[in-house]
Amino acid sequence: MGDDAADGASESDLAQNDGQRFGRLPTTAAERTVEGRASREEVVDYFADRFAIPPEAFDDYTFWEKGAGKIWIYGGDAPSPITIEAIGMTCLRTRQEHWKPTTDFVQRFGREAGECVIELESDEARAFAAGEDRELERWEGDWGYLIAAHRIAGALEPIGVGLYVHGELRSMVPKGRQREL
Amino acid sequence: MEPLERYRPIVDDFEAFLDACERPLGNAVRVNTIKASVDRATTVLEEEGVGYEGVDWNPRVLRLETDSPGSTWSSFHGFTHGQEEVSAVPATVLEPEPGERVWDCCAAPGGKATQLAALMDDRGTVVANDSNLGRISALRFNAERLGATSLAVTNDDARNYSLERFDFDEFDRALVDAPCSCEGTIRKNPDALDGWSEGYLDEVSGIQKGVLGRAVQATREGGTVVYSTCTFAPEENEAVVQHALDREDCRIVDFDLELEHSPGLTEWNDEEYDDHLEQTARIYPHQNDTGGFFVAKLEVTA
Repeated sequence: MGDDAADGASESDLAQNDGQRFGRLPTTAAERTVEGRASREEVVDYFADRFAIPPEAFDDYTFWEKGAGKIWIYGGDAPSPITIEAIGMTCLRTRQEHWKPTTDFVQRFGREAGECVIELESDEARAFAAGEDRELERWEGDWGYLIAAHRIAGALEPIGVGLYVHGELRSMVPKGRQREL
Repeated sequence: MEPLERYRPIVDDFEAFLDACERPLGNAVRVNTIKASVDRATTVLEEEGVGYEGVDWNPRVLRLETDSPGSTWSSFHGFTHGQEEVSAVPATVLEPEPGERVWDCCAAPGGKATQLAALMDDRGTVVANDSNLGRISALRFNAERLGATSLAVTNDDARNYSLERFDFDEFDRALVDAPCSCEGTIRKNPDALDGWSEGYLDEVSGIQKGVLGRAVQATREGGTVVYSTCTFAPEENEAVVQHALDREDCRIVDFDLELEHSPGLTEWNDEEYDDHLEQTARIYPHQNDTGGFFVAKLEVTA
């Protein structure tokens, strides 16, 4: 996912990423002007390929990068680049081998997901929200980042992001979001 | 409670007012309709065994029967957000619409800014500003937990706020929920009156006048500005609105509010205010068993 900068301008023509401000993601890799920056197309494809979230779910949103690889999703108006404190919400960490969605993003958009969603029983869900890791041998899908969800008030509701490896689901719920429920 | 004595002449049933101020306040939450409908949020509360009671004036505000409203699934999922009942008033008076550009001048910790986003179906632009960098992290945390994608967060002094950073040059609406002496939060913070002084009223009202003036200037003709505080002091309420009427292009407009309230004052000590200040609202703790609040609605006229 991160190695297709060659599709666009050569690396030497590209600006370095300025981690202090928000820059809007280019529509496609070919329109990239900042070295190493993911494109909107790659981000939308990632959510579709990994979680089967329909690309249309993002039609009304723009994606932005600030810092090294931290991607934000925004529904309002803003010029690019812009130096402010926050723009919409963080949604994804790029510039690393395995991209990682945020807890708050999957809570907001994860109901649209059809793949890589692991349903937790109520005690497992409580442990996950408290930040605990659990052995979960029953998962037969892909390893890597999953959306952990539980059934609540008659519907499946995403709780956060888990990392599934070697039969264990590790809770990625950030410390400040963890709760004893 | 002594500083409150100065309001004896303006508060009906002053003893009931004082009694209410001495009673602790329960836990209220606002349903965050960005993430869940009122039906879904209340069903989750019922499943968790958390008792709740709706309030008459706003279907999205609930009073919870629990001491730890933050330790529920409904809170973890961002379906509900702890917010005092009266603090849900100003955003509803501002009545933002989807797609608009709205400025929340003093937005941290974000309860009202995210409420504005929810009222706009999270479509449009809510510029959530606060001058205090330390409080911006709480604002960002709440915005993310509540899933508000329409917020742009800035850290500046609202009194000389510049729109140059954006690609638009005026707002459709602005909310000035001003820093204040917080007398009306006495039921939540029993020490709210500890540092009270008339000197502080002078100091904070200067800031309030500056922020409200800038909000009127930054809002388009025909747009709406709501001014609110959680205090009773007329120096911070009617006098601030009067100052904006005198110097900026704006007028007071009437609004419906289904909570019991008293009209704004047209005189205080030796000062007289415009008759239209009667169309502003003073909400006292004994009227609805809430905190205290002041709200004024202005239309920008040029």
